[in-house]
Amino acid sequence: MRDVAVIGVGITKFGELWDKSFRQLIAEAGAKAILDSGIEGKDIDEMYVGSMSSGRFVGQEHVGALVADASGFSNLHIPSTRVEGACASSGMAVRQGYLSIASGINDIVVVGGMEKMNDVSGASATETLATAADQEWEAFFGATFPGLYAMIATRHMHEYGTTKEQLAQVAVKNHANGALNPYAQYQREITLEQAINATPVAYPLGLLDCSPVTDGAASIVLCAVEKAKKYRDNPVKIIGSSQGSDSLALHGRRDICTLDATVHAANMAYKQANLKPKDIEIAEVHDCFTIAEICAIEDLGFVKKGEGGKAIDNKITPRDGSLPVNTSGGLKAKGHPVGATGVAQIIEIVLQLQGRAEKRQIKNARIGLAHNVGGSGATSTVHIMEAM
Amino acid sequence: MGVARFWREIPQRYNLLGDKCGSCERIFFPPKESCPYCRRKSIGKMKEIKLSGKGEVVTYTIIHVGPEDFEEQVPYPIAIIKLEEGPQVTAQIVDCDINEVKIGMKVESTFRKIIQDGSTGAIYYGYKFKKRN
Repeated sequence: MRDVAVIGVGITKFGELWDKSFRQLIAEAGAKAILDSGIEGKDIDEMYVGSMSSGRFVGQEHVGALVADASGFSNLHIPSTRVEGACASSGMAVRQGYLSIASGINDIVVVGGMEKMNDVSGASATETLATAADQEWEAFFGATFPGLYAMIATRHMHEYGTTKEQLAQVAVKNHANGALNPYAQYQREITLEQAINATPVAYPLGLLDCSPVTDGAASIVLCAVEKAKKYRDNPVKIIGSSQGSDSLALHGRRDICTLDATVHAANMAYKQANLKPKDIEIAEVHDCFTIAEICAIEDLGFVKKGEGGKAIDNKITPRDGSLPVNTSGGLKAKGHPVGATGVAQIIEIVLQLQGRAEKRQIKNARIGLAHNVGGSGATSTVHIMEAM
Repeated sequence: MGVARFWREIPQRYNLLGDKCGSCERIFFPPKESCPYCRRKSIGKMKEIKLSGKGEVVTYTIIHVGPEDFEEQVPYPIAIIKLEEGPQVTAQIVDCDINEVKIGMKVESTFRKIIQDGSTGAIYYGYKFKKRN
């Protein structure tokens, strides 16, 4: 098996992008990544793109070919495949690109992720996101997507004494990070009071516990490590790539408060990288809701089960903490264009490891982790990266 | 969405019909084609079983922002209920003040209307849960 590196990254502004279409967004992100990498179109062996629900959001399926076409590659006939796993779609696309290079089939692969969520009404977007849940046995009975994470939160509070204030701290921290990210949807800080007193969505979660509805796209260029230095001096090596799955419905899980798909993926990635959780210096985790970040840092092994709520008071996850989490602003403040999120997380880690994260730069970070979740935890991907 | 999609689930949703693995005796709801613990040993040995409908709230939420079909019902409680026979289900809790819903609350299933497909469309039924003494 061959080693694989990231040699280029590109991302659009995240937000309500009324003046840009689905295909413009992915073409922009792809062009930026290709220019950043120094490759040319003819160097690309294959493309993988993540999109959760382009069919419902913009009425367009068959987006593998569309992305190649919109990027100006229709006459090169590059194979381009769409990958879907709800909000983990592009974490999975990265893994497919990684595997195709590691296997020796491809040398250079462009991976993208995108979602255009604001062309439909808020109610319609909510309904589409609920398709990541079990339609027959959760959504049919009136469970919403925030409602599922809210039930994780209620149980976490009951079992471990996690508080609504600790949930709010996650939102405050991630907004403070997002304020430093020029690509973030919300580049502003919020107060603890605002977060605690926000409009209720699904008890115990309020509006500021939830990631927003976002348009955006992100892209990276992957290359076999032996050829990576030809394109740039500081490629970032992927030293662990893994994925896990679990029961689609939350009620089918072993434990309501543990995402076993994440535990599985994390164990595999640590094993592959020959590292332990304590070796990770920076992480982007899937904070689609504040409780999701708390569960993620537990399931990834950064803190013990039940201790996730205290990670901010214990100075672990803030920017000046021992393991900064979601320096990009996370899904909460950077925004969550669902199909783009997995790639966007990897981009933040790459920028940090290359010292290109500007105002949010963490000093001397060498090893980072990106964690992407689909649904309420039925799919999870983990990627561990190292500066070269 | 086609009505057949809902017809297919009627036996389970109306009568809480699950199934039992003939190999390890574990009970599943909704019914599974094979047992995830016994896998090939369970094929052809899954037997239909009617569940008691009695259980306990494992966790819950109060939905304030509901899907379009449920908009008129907000705020409403949704819970995960662990049934006496083992399986867990997601359902609404009804016939009580929303502030009464708690983890550990004993509940039993009740047959109710879930939604109506528009003002003249099909009415879909299923289980909800209410407090049990």
